[in-house]
Amino acid sequence: MSEPAAPALRIRDLHKSFGRLEVLRGIDLDVAEHEVICLIGASGSGKSTLLRCIDLLEPVNGGSIVVHGTEVTAQGVDTNRVRRGIGIVFQAFNLFPHMSVIDNVTLAPRKVLGTPRGQALGEALELLERFGLADKRDEFPDRLSGGQQQRVAIVRALATRPRLMLLDEVTSALDPELVAEVLGVIRELAAGGMTMLIATHEMAFARDIADRVCFLDAGVLLEQGPPDQIFSAPREPRTQQFLQRIIDAGRL
Amino acid sequence: MTDASSTAGDRRSRILGGGGGAGRNVAVALVSTAIVFTALGLLVVNSSGWEEVRQKFLNGEEFRTWFPDVLSAFWLDVKIFLVAEVVILAFALGIAVLRSLPGPVFFPIRALAIIYTDVFRGIPTILVVYILGFGVPGLQLSGVSTDPVVWGTVALVLVYSAYVAEVYRAGIESVHPSQEAAARSLGLSRWQALRFVILPQAVRRVVPPLLNDFIGLQKDTALVALIGPVEAFRQADIGANADFNYTPYFCAAVLFVAVTVPLARFTDWLIARDRRRQQGGRAA
Repeated sequence: MSEPAAPALRIRDLHKSFGRLEVLRGIDLDVAEHEVICLIGASGSGKSTLLRCIDLLEPVNGGSIVVHGTEVTAQGVDTNRVRRGIGIVFQAFNLFPHMSVIDNVTLAPRKVLGTPRGQALGEALELLERFGLADKRDEFPDRLSGGQQQRVAIVRALATRPRLMLLDEVTSALDPELVAEVLGVIRELAAGGMTMLIATHEMAFARDIADRVCFLDAGVLLEQGPPDQIFSAPREPRTQQFLQRIIDAGRL
Repeated sequence: MTDASSTAGDRRSRILGGGGGAGRNVAVALVSTAIVFTALGLLVVNSSGWEEVRQKFLNGEEFRTWFPDVLSAFWLDVKIFLVAEVVILAFALGIAVLRSLPGPVFFPIRALAIIYTDVFRGIPTILVVYILGFGVPGLQLSGVSTDPVVWGTVALVLVYSAYVAEVYRAGIESVHPSQEAAARSLGLSRWQALRFVILPQAVRRVVPPLLNDFIGLQKDTALVALIGPVEAFRQADIGANADFNYTPYFCAAVLFVAVTVPLARFTDWLIARDRRRQQGGRAA
């Protein structure tokens, strides 16, 4: 149990290097319960690495991450337990190709939470229903469209009832006409009060959904603020430059 | 010879000239197969030593005489490879998993697994059969079997597990790391990720090379004969020496082929079924 005042996520002076390459250079970030944060920035600015560090998929080199009052970067922390409280969705879906949709979704509830098979099935079907995927329950991932696969991946991440969702450029691998259905799902999660950290290149979407937008540049959280301020009146020259390039490309 | 090939050439061109599509392809395949096999058959039958070879290797009477004995001896081969295959499947998987353990703590375990696969792939199978088959019973340890069938089987298991472990390892390493990341991100432990996500995909991918090794194993059960037990090859040997005729060897060859071919077709079927299930919408 975390005390009510604790934020959903508190990151302090986070450092991460791959060999001699410093990818994160002292990130500080607080995320309140039910807050939706969009991470924007060029490829290689550290957005994905930040999300992977929070889910402990990458060991950090310095600093601390506290999720719902538990310091997850502390020594001897039960990583499996930490990950249960966090859902992550990847750019490339990463569904398990040898399992049907329903097995993809029920695997973690059954094996990690120990939910009885029948109950896990019922809950999974409820989730699939909610996201318009109930008729795909017995399909294998390779037979679904990219948009459907990504929606299944979101449902799979939700199946362990996480209190924090990390979305890593979840629409970047999709054909343009499939982006909307996935963004729709994320909107629904936001409306339901899910705390989310979203790395994205969809600026219009970020402007629309985010409570706060964070601009990452070369491993530093350079600027953050409400979407209106970031997109209309960015203070930092680097942010202005980045957004100008996006506007020039016709993507905002 | 010349006769056969010229008429064959005429027929071939006629069929290629007319018709089209799948039916034509089948026809071409049938005809070209018939031509090749007929030509090979004629080549062998018309060779100068054919009559003698036929008498010595393909003697119908000898075949009928020895086939039942070779067949009953062949059951020993079947028993050996069935037991060996089951043990190898599990043992080799264990070796492969140990070799895939990450981190510096597990280095000694990885090293042992590497030494094992290097050593047993390096020694000729027949030497392992000899060393275990004669050596272990020679130790006269109480409570340890002196049955050469047992030690011959153990030798095959040790040698083939080294190969099969490498096949499994290749399969494990072919599964993209993002699959493990996805599994771990759901809260599965390293072992659960391996058990439910990585191994099922790895094993599916290596079924064909795995079967290839098992075909090799089924044939190599004949090596166990060299330390005593009368299996198909040894029985054929007995028959050949008794009648100064090699037809019993042919009996044994027929039997070995008879078990390996269905195994190969079964695997093809398994692979096709898997592919249909996973991507039935797209693939044929």
